[in-house]
Amino acid sequence: MADAATPGREELPPPARAWVPYAYLAPALLLYGGFLLVPLGRAVQFSLTDWDGLGESTFIGFDNYVAIVHDERLREAFGHAVVLIFFFSIVPVGLGLVLAALLTRSRVRGLGFFRTVIFLPQVIAMVVVAVTWRQIYAPKGPLNGLLRLVGLDSLARPWLGDYTWTLPAVGLIGSWVSTGLVTVLLMAGMSRISGDLFEAARLDGAGPVREFFAITLPSVRGEIVVALTLTIIAALKTFDLVYVTTSGGPGTSTTVPSYEVYRRAFEVGDVGGAAAVGITLTLVVFAITAVVNRIGDTR
Amino acid sequence: MKRQRGVRGASALATWTAVVAFTAWASGSDIAAALSEASADAAIADAGDVTLNIWDQEVRGGQNAQMEQLNEAFTELYPNVTIERNSQSFDDLQTTLRLALTDPNPPDIVQANNGRNMMGQFVAAGLLLPLDDYAESYGWTDRYSPTVMQYSTYSDDAVVFGDGNLYGLPQVGEVVGVFYSKSKLDELGLDLPADWAAFDDALAVADEAGETPLLLGNIEQWPALHVFGPLQANYVDASEITDLGLGNPGASWTTPENVEAATSLQRWAEAGYFNDGVNGTAYNDAWQSLTAGEGVFLIGGSWLAADLEDAMGDDVGFFLPNTSAGTPATTGGIGLPFAVTSAADNPDVAAAYLDFITSDDAMQVLADTGNLPVNRTAELAPDTGVLADVFTVFGDVTENGSLLPYLDYATPTFADTSGQALQGLLDGQSSPEEFTEQLEADYSEFTAANG
Repeated sequence: MADAATPGREELPPPARAWVPYAYLAPALLLYGGFLLVPLGRAVQFSLTDWDGLGESTFIGFDNYVAIVHDERLREAFGHAVVLIFFFSIVPVGLGLVLAALLTRSRVRGLGFFRTVIFLPQVIAMVVVAVTWRQIYAPKGPLNGLLRLVGLDSLARPWLGDYTWTLPAVGLIGSWVSTGLVTVLLMAGMSRISGDLFEAARLDGAGPVREFFAITLPSVRGEIVVALTLTIIAALKTFDLVYVTTSGGPGTSTTVPSYEVYRRAFEVGDVGGAAAVGITLTLVVFAITAVVNRIGDTR
Repeated sequence: MKRQRGVRGASALATWTAVVAFTAWASGSDIAAALSEASADAAIADAGDVTLNIWDQEVRGGQNAQMEQLNEAFTELYPNVTIERNSQSFDDLQTTLRLALTDPNPPDIVQANNGRNMMGQFVAAGLLLPLDDYAESYGWTDRYSPTVMQYSTYSDDAVVFGDGNLYGLPQVGEVVGVFYSKSKLDELGLDLPADWAAFDDALAVADEAGETPLLLGNIEQWPALHVFGPLQANYVDASEITDLGLGNPGASWTTPENVEAATSLQRWAEAGYFNDGVNGTAYNDAWQSLTAGEGVFLIGGSWLAADLEDAMGDDVGFFLPNTSAGTPATTGGIGLPFAVTSAADNPDVAAAYLDFITSDDAMQVLADTGNLPVNRTAELAPDTGVLADVFTVFGDVTENGSLLPYLDYATPTFADTSGQALQGLLDGQSSPEEFTEQLEADYSEFTAANG
């Protein structure tokens, strides 16, 4: 900030044309505004109306939001989203920490190869992932085949048609997808830790576990926050995975909020209600990520 | 709402048409030539230059072929008419039509899903033109069976579905029945069951012989509705089912007959007649296992016929057990009807187009291109194969029996409600009584709010 006083620097030109910075910003701002802010504003506007997407809309204030709170089906959907956060975020961060520590610490030959393999699920389109896993989970699919092969016949079940096990089964697909992203993020963080720190710790008599908790974990706090933010958002906005694998079934055991947005807008024709669910979901995403970042910053 | 169409589109229709379509190409063009020699209506020919902007979803093999042939023949007949065709897949059309119709310059003719949440809402918003005057002058009521025509009929305010004004004309039909493996039936020493009671016995025989009697893949939630529908027709009166299926007031799900139908379905599940884990099996996997000889019967829609024939050749057959009253009644329906928008520049020309693409000659084109024509079906049936069975069953049902609505037409939320309830019924999570109560709750809430 003290640039003007710094020796050897030219003085800044007087701020004669204050609009110039904004002119540079304008193209991006217009695009961002036109394709994100305006639609968001319109969605808020729709969410305050009773509108089927065709005829006249009536302003009904916050009735759509009140209805959301009273909709048991929707509460259930948000509950499922919370379960999915566990599978999309907590599990991958746990696994990712272990994997990343192993991959960065032990000088594995062909590290690039392993990194690519772990990251691969992230590159595949979610619909492809979902279709593939639907085959794996099929009653006569590979997973049940494997279980029967090792004599665990009693565990074999229609994984996507079981009232208890379908949500965890869908969640595990999410874990499989997210783990790669999280691991690569954490590996980037860990490779920045200076080797001197580990050496010092070792001289003080710390074992690998102690090293992990004393040095590695605190050093990648920033990366963990980023990983949690990204994966929690992914968990909350899950749509394609559920749509392709179970369509919310069996019964209502895997419904999610995004699916409700789609269903209301395009199947039921309740655009106002759909917009309200969408806005609520956006607010929930903001709230959760704000909390995560707050915890990450203040620790 | 009619999610089956989307999924069906994904796999079945593609090949429904493929085989027959291309072998019959030449005769199709001949028909098109004959069509263009049909007598032109002077009023249309003198209408000056007219452009018809048409949005359809006839994108696949034989669907597209028939549309192109008919469009070409129409513009040959009326050189003053230009057709601007906008063809999209069913799913795309489903999501874009809402915006297109509210556009300041909407299309003249659209193919609109006839369910309450599409055509019904368009009618209520005044976006579609009632076609009754044209129906009278063109004689459409003679052309179509009433059991078919009701599915594109609404009251002015769209509160009543199945009665009132006519808003569209379909080209093709579809029907749900039973596919079976002929060789399996021979091995088991079974004749084709004449009615549902005999079908029940056949299932028991197959089960005792160690076969999987009945195949079902219900992960998508809607397939079980196509099993329940025909079965329900055996217990419940056709007019009652029609009221329930079209979401019109005055019927009830919680009648003893409906409970009995649900009990039958649950009994099949409990007796182990279905393949293991129906709720976790994909629809496509289930019908494919019929081709692999892993089952005896498969209750499904006519759109599966061509794929099954491709894989099984002469071994696959299609039939419909009669109800205990001795009549054929089953779930079925119509292809998406073509409707004229209120904003159409020249409704007379649009109506002439509708008349043309659903004429008797057009039905021949549809049959030649491998589609299931909605009229003259039995007459146009191919000589052999499962398609011959399908044509026969559809003709029989529309002429002598009842073509019952897809039950998920009823209310905008009924596809979800019934899908979830059926999964629960098959899994034993809910009793037949609870099942009918779940459906009744959705139905009665809608009819009360709509009345």
